[in-house]
Amino acid sequence: MTTAVLFDNVSRHFGVVRAVDRVNLDIAEGEFFAMLGPSGSGKTTCLRLMAGFEQPTGGHIEIFGETAEGVPPYRRSVNTVFQDYALFPHLSTLDNVAYGLMVKGAGREERRKAAEDALAMVKLPGYGTRRPGQLSGGQRQRVALARALVNKPKVLLLDEPLGALDLKLREQMQEELKSLQKSLGITFVFVTHDQGEALSMADRIAVFNEGRIQQLGRPEEVYNQPKTRFVADFVGSSNVLSTKLCQRLGVKAAFASLRPEAIALAAPSNGALSLAGTIAGQSFLGATNRVVVDVDGARIAVASPAAHAVPAIGSPVTISFAARDLHPMEDA
Amino acid sequence: MRSEKSNRAPLSLKIAAAAGLAFMHLPILLIFLYAFTTEEKSYQFPPPGLTTQWFGVAWDRPDVWAALALSVKVASIATATALVLGTLCAAAISQTRFFGRETISLLVILPIALPGIITGIALRSAFSMADIPFSFWTIVLGHATFCIVVVYNNAVARFRRISGSLIEASMDLGADGFQTFRYVILPNIGTALLAGGMLAFALSFDEVIVTTFTAGQQSTLPIWMLEELIRPRQRPVTNVVAMIVVVVTFLPILGAYYLTRDGDQIAGASK
Repeated sequence: MTTAVLFDNVSRHFGVVRAVDRVNLDIAEGEFFAMLGPSGSGKTTCLRLMAGFEQPTGGHIEIFGETAEGVPPYRRSVNTVFQDYALFPHLSTLDNVAYGLMVKGAGREERRKAAEDALAMVKLPGYGTRRPGQLSGGQRQRVALARALVNKPKVLLLDEPLGALDLKLREQMQEELKSLQKSLGITFVFVTHDQGEALSMADRIAVFNEGRIQQLGRPEEVYNQPKTRFVADFVGSSNVLSTKLCQRLGVKAAFASLRPEAIALAAPSNGALSLAGTIAGQSFLGATNRVVVDVDGARIAVASPAAHAVPAIGSPVTISFAARDLHPMEDA
Repeated sequence: MRSEKSNRAPLSLKIAAAAGLAFMHLPILLIFLYAFTTEEKSYQFPPPGLTTQWFGVAWDRPDVWAALALSVKVASIATATALVLGTLCAAAISQTRFFGRETISLLVILPIALPGIITGIALRSAFSMADIPFSFWTIVLGHATFCIVVVYNNAVARFRRISGSLIEASMDLGADGFQTFRYVILPNIGTALLAGGMLAFALSFDEVIVTTFTAGQQSTLPIWMLEELIRPRQRPVTNVVAMIVVVVTFLPILGAYYLTRDGDQIAGASK
């Protein structure tokens, strides 16, 4: 398996701010890789390091085996879809898409043909004569995608490309991006702060916080076995059980994570662990009820199927879960 | 009803506005009128007669042509210099962050805020100290100081509206610095530069104070007119030249106004 992007102990410090701090990454060719984290966590700086807009202050970057430090963006075989799309307002859609070919000196006819093909690929055939200002947000996003893909990059970088779209459009684009990536076989590196987006689209996820990777793994691993309290919290609001609760349950760890959907509002069947508490709150989420149970002052969220009745607030309740769903964590 | 009424100005305000405008513009009409008078020694009102002979006389005077040619040359070269330096300065100030950025921005704008006479005296003593003889080029240098400001102000406003990611997108798509300037930056700031350049040209074309201090024996058109007013010979020729100056400076300013207005629509990308 060829390595598309390699980060070896890469740091990018801005004065005293460690935007990226000793990050190690190994993205495989053809992989759909997501960098997930809150704003300011260093994920976008990592993307800019790959694109060449930033240079590392320490460490080593390779793109398909070639050293990337000191190589300007226009000599890298990567292309970027920008968060604000960055379409050229003075050019038509077709000229926007053909821009990369134009600066490389391709002939007029070749450019036009390639740009039209790219527009057809993102399902915008015949939109070539319009100006970016005449397109909707979703259409601009597709143009930005076509403009990057027409250059046949080895790695496509996407900086929160779906952030500005409404929910319906975002879900549709998620599917399209995924199938586009499969059919083209290009390595996609995707930056997002939306954990659902990362989980549903990526082959692997790197969770960033404060310039460092907290956890790197397949979506199921990151979701089910968060390594740190931050990951447990950020990727789908896991319950974090304190040292005291862990001891009571007989788990040898400082902290443990427990998914709300792994808990039942019922007495334990054989082998299951249980805790007693009182119902502290409840909200209806459609398919499930989110029930908050107070266990000696610790609040534990439970995702209970909507069909099941929820006891009234204040009434005592026993929650139960399988021992295998309780995941010990490294640190706070 | 009430809002309709409050939209209509009272008569007294209308008269005041009209009087203000008349105060500003009637003297200019008088200049035009005296270009056609038959009385050549004094500005007698009403003119005793009307003639177009002064246009012919002005056309045949070589000193008019020399002054006009000098003014056009000075304004062109000062504007060209300002376009290059002002654009570079605007690019640096708006696209990058560095220590002393605000200070430099202020220092660039300062020459237009300073009274021309200060700029003039400063330049004159600087030229003398450096033993630079007064010439065509010292006039150009003097004019460039305020032409740069005009270009800079126009360019910096437009640069601020170009999002930084446009330049990054261009680089990302394989364009080097020169290609990015040629294909992305220039089309986006072009109208602002044209407008700034036209204003700079118009400013330079009728500049008197700085020119007085930085010129040697040469007379630019405004200096020539000043000298001509003292002499009681063929006075209406000055008025004829004044008319030409009004037209030559007014057209570029009008052009600049329309160009920047269109520029807003282009940069707004709404249509």
